[in-house]
Amino acid sequence: MLINVPETVVADALRGMAAAHPELTVDVEGRLVVRRDAPVAGQVGLVSGGGSGHEPLHAGFVGPGMLSAACAGEVFTSPVPDQMVRAAMAVDSGAGVLFVVKNYTGDVLNFAMAAELAEDEGVQVAQVLVDDDVAVVDSSFTAGRRGTGATLFVEKIAGALAGEGAPLERVAATARRVNESSRSFGVALSAVTTPAKGSPTFDLPPGELELGIGIHGEPGRERRPMMTSGEIADFSVNAVLDDLRPDGPVIALVNGMGATPLLELYGFNAEVQRVLTERRVPVARTLVGNYVTSLDMAGCSVTLCQVDEEMLRLWDAPVRTPALRWGR
Amino acid sequence: MLDSDFFHRWMTATAVAVDREAGRLTELDSAIGDADHGSNLRRGFAAVTAVLDEDTPQTPGALLALAGRQLIATVGGASGPLYGTLLRRTGKALGDAAEVTPGQLAEAFGAGVAAVGKLGGAQAGDKTMLDALLPAAQALGESFAAAREAAEAGALATVALRARKGRASYLGERSIGHQDPGATSAALLVAALTEAGAARGDDGSGS
Repeated sequence: MLINVPETVVADALRGMAAAHPELTVDVEGRLVVRRDAPVAGQVGLVSGGGSGHEPLHAGFVGPGMLSAACAGEVFTSPVPDQMVRAAMAVDSGAGVLFVVKNYTGDVLNFAMAAELAEDEGVQVAQVLVDDDVAVVDSSFTAGRRGTGATLFVEKIAGALAGEGAPLERVAATARRVNESSRSFGVALSAVTTPAKGSPTFDLPPGELELGIGIHGEPGRERRPMMTSGEIADFSVNAVLDDLRPDGPVIALVNGMGATPLLELYGFNAEVQRVLTERRVPVARTLVGNYVTSLDMAGCSVTLCQVDEEMLRLWDAPVRTPALRWGR
Repeated sequence: MLDSDFFHRWMTATAVAVDREAGRLTELDSAIGDADHGSNLRRGFAAVTAVLDEDTPQTPGALLALAGRQLIATVGGASGPLYGTLLRRTGKALGDAAEVTPGQLAEAFGAGVAAVGKLGGAQAGDKTMLDALLPAAQALGESFAAAREAAEAGALATVALRARKGRASYLGERSIGHQDPGATSAALLVAALTEAGAARGDDGSGS
């Protein structure tokens, strides 16, 4: 691993981020990345955060048109309420703050505590829970679906709407609509090594893959002998479509888990597009790259979001963050 | 009677146990979770002992409330709010008495465990820390040793369970056959009561 010691990986990364991005305010001690121009008058603030190890999520999405602030937790561990409260207070212009929360027990509990504390400080807070992973059976017998790739869609589209000066209820409602219109499925070709443990978190021999993985190195639901890129695309896209059942155009995120080369990822995207064509699903936009990662895991995920005209317009709106930037 | 020194020793003994067992907790967590339970709790309880060593609150209730707040502020994940709530609510239930009886501790601990169940939405048998805490809270009225035995038995019994809460629940059937890391660390916390009591020959029996 390219680290000094496991204890300082998060702080080290934040220091590096500060050096590379003078347009962001990085509080290394407080584990906070904030837009330099926050709070922006008349705009709802968007705050997210989560465990580290998913870079560029979330800090890489801070900037005009997307997040106002991101809180970094320890590797794969939710941040603590104090961080979220400080983030909320730093970005609140008086228009309120939307917390974008991935559905994991730790994130949900810490953001819930933070929302209460921030409201005590006079900040109006709304929350959107992202839970798009179809590999998890959503029932009262589980913690519910995990939040994965759809987080990027929610942060981009809600961030663009907030940038237009929409009120908190509308930004929150649109964020929820994006989540409800999105589904994901992920596959691992190798296990992940956390700095704290120093060895793979589960044993995945070469020649096998794990279907339905999350983004924390937790094993998936099923193990199979290695499949081709085309077979993985068939399995993943069908799993997503059978749950989403879109009746209009989608945005596709073909996401690398961290250690899969872009050469393979673009090849995989060709297969994903083939399956979508076969299933007669029109693709409005496609994004290929490493955006919601799991440290050094090899593998990929597919996220589809069915979009209406407004969502597509907001997706296309300019964005200027370390990891996502387009438009003027 | 249990004074704030006893509760300070309890927290210190827990920190020592968590530090000693951190590798094992992380190992258990890597089988059905995300391989960080040991390191997260070690960081949290080290912060608890640091703040208590600096300035020890004079009442058991205030001491546990401070320890709980410190866990919430430093651990993150689910275990921060859950363990933090356990200690805060136990502390709150103890009120502001300078000394409490083991019976009062047992009752307050029961209130703390109930608050954990409410916050996390879990029940007995869901393969969580509650599977150690609930039987421990029941047995704590008897003695510290009985609570320790109940917690350790509860943690062991999670091996056969299928997880219904937290990250292990994503595994479905594949979570069966592994001991729950949260129940295991909860048993360490309960076991540390006997060590805190042993320092002055208090076994927690009687009231």
